[in-house]
Amino acid sequence: MAHGPSQNFFSRWLFSTNHKDIGTLYLWFSFAMFLLGGFFAMVIRAELFQPGMQLIKPEFFVQMTTMHGLVMVFGAIMPAFVGLANWMIPMMIGAPDMALPRMNNLSFWILPFAFAILTSTLFMEGGGPNFGWTFYAPLSTTYAPDTVNYFIFGIHIMGASSIMGSINIIATVMNMRAPGMTYMKMPMFVWTWLITAFLLVAVMPVLAGAVTMMLMDINFGTSFFDAAGGGDPVLFQHVFWFFGHPEVYIIILPAFGVVSQIIPTFSRKPLFGYSSMVYATASIAFLSFIVWAHHMFTVGMPIAGELYFMYATMLIAVPTGVKVFNWITTMYKGALTFETPMLFSIAFVILFTFGGFTGMMLSIAAADIQYHDTYFVVAHFHYVMVAGAVFSGTAAVYYWLPKWCGKMYDETMGKVQFWIAFIAFNITFMPQHFLGLAGMPRRYSDYGLQFADWNMVSSIGAFLYGGAQLLFLYNVIRTIGWGKPISDPQVWEGAQGLEWTLPTPAPFHTFSTPPVIK
Amino acid sequence: MSGTSIHRNLLIKLLMGAVAMFAFAIFVLPPLYDLFCEVTGIGGKTGGAYAASEITIDTSRKVEVQFVATNNATMPWDFYPMEHKVFVHPGESREITFFARNKTGRDMVAQAIPNVLPNNAADYFHKTECFCFNNQPLAAGEQAELAVVFVLDPDLPVSVNTVTLSYTLFDITDRVPMQVSQIQ
Repeated sequence: MAHGPSQNFFSRWLFSTNHKDIGTLYLWFSFAMFLLGGFFAMVIRAELFQPGMQLIKPEFFVQMTTMHGLVMVFGAIMPAFVGLANWMIPMMIGAPDMALPRMNNLSFWILPFAFAILTSTLFMEGGGPNFGWTFYAPLSTTYAPDTVNYFIFGIHIMGASSIMGSINIIATVMNMRAPGMTYMKMPMFVWTWLITAFLLVAVMPVLAGAVTMMLMDINFGTSFFDAAGGGDPVLFQHVFWFFGHPEVYIIILPAFGVVSQIIPTFSRKPLFGYSSMVYATASIAFLSFIVWAHHMFTVGMPIAGELYFMYATMLIAVPTGVKVFNWITTMYKGALTFETPMLFSIAFVILFTFGGFTGMMLSIAAADIQYHDTYFVVAHFHYVMVAGAVFSGTAAVYYWLPKWCGKMYDETMGKVQFWIAFIAFNITFMPQHFLGLAGMPRRYSDYGLQFADWNMVSSIGAFLYGGAQLLFLYNVIRTIGWGKPISDPQVWEGAQGLEWTLPTPAPFHTFSTPPVIK
Repeated sequence: MSGTSIHRNLLIKLLMGAVAMFAFAIFVLPPLYDLFCEVTGIGGKTGGAYAASEITIDTSRKVEVQFVATNNATMPWDFYPMEHKVFVHPGESREITFFARNKTGRDMVAQAIPNVLPNNAADYFHKTECFCFNNQPLAAGEQAELAVVFVLDPDLPVSVNTVTLSYTLFDITDRVPMQVSQIQ
């Protein structure tokens, strides 16, 4: 009964309902978006290399910062983790495929159109979205370029894709676990994705609601966010961050799951405190719904509101601290080896914790008024988004790539990439803390001369970091094309879990008969 | 139950959840936000028309009330208060006027949006009459004096000695084309 993929290239990839093929599509798409968003970042850093305007106009600069944020969040990071979920969740819970394979195909194939629509605005009259990735009204309504309607439509499609993807993941995890695979036996990656998927179903519609209200304000004469008609621009910020804060956990929770798989493997110990990890993840997900206004300390909230959002935000450090403690304790007295995925995972733990600490600084309402909208914030969220999500995604690719394609990547090249990425990342973003504390505001194309030195350092780091990604791309292509073939199902000596019981490379159809978990 | 139908049941439930969240964002959050601001008085929004009642004038206190007028964005009218500040006793009714002139060559309609600072004074600032309750159509070159009658509630917190009433004037000509034809 087992039959392979369609031999026709177009029918294989366009009509695929196979979780592995769709996972592959997601991963390649997200890498393409990662390079596109990275290119926008390079334009930003090139302009900021020196004070004054050298390369681009200020109007284009703000389009670059906006598009960089949108493409990286919605195009690179989120689809990358959906791709990993597609590949790994069925293999980890002993299911033959995703629960809703045709919807899986649809949720992927609408994404390229969403980003084609979004990116095409850069070539239209009036330019692309220029109001920041947070698209605060009235900048994104009254003062937006006409192309804002394309942006809104693009966001709607991305939202639909995310909702379908997450419904699929929930249905797979809840209905298709192999006999004996109870919830508390599921691998951490499956757990974090299950919780993430619920977050997505809850908040992506809120984002869709926010852009729909914008659409109506712009085109149909409503006044949700327009004070002239009795609306309130601050309402936009509340609705946006009611989506936006859970969104940052949507990005980071699957990353937590990935490192929770990798660290035990290379420590040759089971994950320390598995059940506390599950509860910590669920607590973080719950808390993410009640802290949104810490992004808005400067809008003029009453003191009681500032205090509430400040303390609730600080509370998140508790479950996050539990997770960091567990990762470190897993490594403690383990038989550690430092293959590329492990290096990226350890860097994740260190740098994510650092980003968490700057987050604690930002959560102090009184101090936030100084830090708000400065490069300190930019540095903070790049420590959690890049060193968090991107590092963990890279670790995941190196960790599972040999299982996917049955070939080993070049370890030396992987390590070289890691060290360039690790050092360059810190050269790029560490100075941005100093710039922010000194008062450099974000999203400006020019800056005062006192900021010149650190900006140059940051730009050099950024170019180097960008280069490391090309090395990553080369290493992956080289592995798939000419890597050393391996056939050991285990791949990594200390790896645990159902996916490592399957042959290497993973066959097109797996677990047609469910395994029994004791 | 077959595999397909358990997936379908879950799919329908989750889709309904997503639709409910969408409806929540559009139909529940904005009114909830307004209600929250109204109950707490934050946002500085003042209430609607206040029915004057017999309230005693508290002559032991005098409160300074300042008036601020701002034009939003590209609003071209002249718009300013005739008096910049007055001193009133809580409970005392006072009328003040704002001057507005449409100095453009076209008929326009404006809407003034009030705001009161400090936030804890908004609930105690009552307007028995206000031009902000309606929109203000002015023909090209026309001018008008716009009246506000207000009374400060005697329960105004004792910590408040100065209240600022600000109006921002918005151009809403495009939203209410009917009004322009009415004034001609």
